[in-house]
Amino acid sequence: MVDLVIIGGGPAGMSAAISAYDNGVRDILILEREEALGGILKQCIHTGFGLHKFNEELSGPEYAIRYEEQVLERKIKCKLNTAVINVTKDKIVTATNSEDGIFEIQAKAIIFAVGCRERPKGALNISGTRPAGIYSAGTAQKLMNIDGYMPGKNVVILGSGDIGLIMARRMTLEGAKVLAVCEVMPYSSGLARNVEQCLNDFDIPLKLSTTVIKVHGNERIEGVTVSKVDENRMPIAGTEEFIPCDTLLLSVGLIPETEMIKKAGIDMDAVTNGAIVNELRETSVDGIFACGNVLHVHDLVDFVSEEAEIAGRAAAEYIKGSIKKNADIKIQTDGKIRYTVPQSINAMQDIKIYFRVNNVYRDAKINVINNGKIILSKKKRKVAPGEMESIVLGKELLCGIDVLRFELEVQ
Amino acid sequence: MKKTLICTVCPVGCSIEAEVSEKEVLSVSGNTCPRGEKYARDECIAPKRMVTSTVRCSNGVLLSVKTKNAIPKEKIAECMKIINNTVVDLPISVSDVIIKDVFGTCIVATKNIRA
Repeated sequence: MVDLVIIGGGPAGMSAAISAYDNGVRDILILEREEALGGILKQCIHTGFGLHKFNEELSGPEYAIRYEEQVLERKIKCKLNTAVINVTKDKIVTATNSEDGIFEIQAKAIIFAVGCRERPKGALNISGTRPAGIYSAGTAQKLMNIDGYMPGKNVVILGSGDIGLIMARRMTLEGAKVLAVCEVMPYSSGLARNVEQCLNDFDIPLKLSTTVIKVHGNERIEGVTVSKVDENRMPIAGTEEFIPCDTLLLSVGLIPETEMIKKAGIDMDAVTNGAIVNELRETSVDGIFACGNVLHVHDLVDFVSEEAEIAGRAAAEYIKGSIKKNADIKIQTDGKIRYTVPQSINAMQDIKIYFRVNNVYRDAKINVINNGKIILSKKKRKVAPGEMESIVLGKELLCGIDVLRFELEVQ
Repeated sequence: MKKTLICTVCPVGCSIEAEVSEKEVLSVSGNTCPRGEKYARDECIAPKRMVTSTVRCSNGVLLSVKTKNAIPKEKIAECMKIINNTVVDLPISVSDVIIKDVFGTCIVATKNIRA
């Protein structure tokens, strides 16, 4: 029996562990499948992490070390090189590693902090051959920054998510020629600062409303055909352009890694592809929590750490038996606001709600509505799908309410 | 002359307008914090960037590194050459200076590697 099992030793898992410890839990076990703590931060050698948490601009490994040191100081137990293969509703965790074989742990509480993975090539339906030289952007990042291999010399990147932008710069710095970054949407899905410092600084063209429609080459990729797309993201005939290249990177979105959560019978959100949680980041199963990118994909690791602190503290309260639920509020959205996290509220207290929009809107108003009445309204100069927004609901707003609707109004 | 910039100081990415003459920045607007104003003034006159990369260690593994402070933007390629011509001995701790005197700053380690 272990009080708290945390699955995943990346930024979410480490932050959750520290928070649970600081709230009184001593019997904590982190299960991490890689050989070191840190998760994806280990390969994110660029800076830009920690501006919120530490008020400095750290690289990924530096940010990870700050948390790893806190985990070690508290002597929180970790099993590295350990893969979790099953979790049940009764909180039995099955895991495996080369020392212990397959083993089971009965936990009082569990926190899922397993992160997300990249959307693969197979999800894209690009016609043509399947030669070598096609990588997800994160795979290319690991090859370059951890393993020391150069994935290619003449590169096309499909998708303008942050990892794609960061890799455009990284490959350019190491001598590759990045010929184009193609984005199917009419706007970049990455942060504006990354478009500026990763593409514009190096004169890398960003082709908006453009996608790759064909891959050429047999053994190694020899080029791609790109095409403009219409507002329904369908290729426009006559706009095709052949770009010779030896490498295609895909940066086309991240998906929460939820197979185990689903198998445990936890309720899922069809929009985030993560579990449905309340303000404690507790799932539909009491005592099972989720935080970080397994719940919804965050823009910044700082927000992952912040969310994991909530889950860690809540798990500690659950283990002590001191969670009080005195509300049952569901949050709905209007589609312009794609989703909120949390999706429900179980306690009368000030609660920060995170949300993401479906398009770029200027001079927008976020209205929180109960029973057809606007109870809170917040102006936003600009909102975009690539940038997560938040709004704080004061506890005085939550009295006697069962449904809150989030709507976006364009002025 | 008006220049439009995207601030890269933090993830907010403010759109900033700077009024510049031949020699100096006359006014800055659109920034939402003082760091944005400083960024715009530097960017119009002498743009600077952080550089991050990896250095090969004597045992073959890679060490992630960064410039301690931002360097002039036009020196990025030269900075990369210096980084790529360096091999370091272990052990290394985060913040150890790997290469001294690189365009007014130095290259420091951003991770720990035991020997």
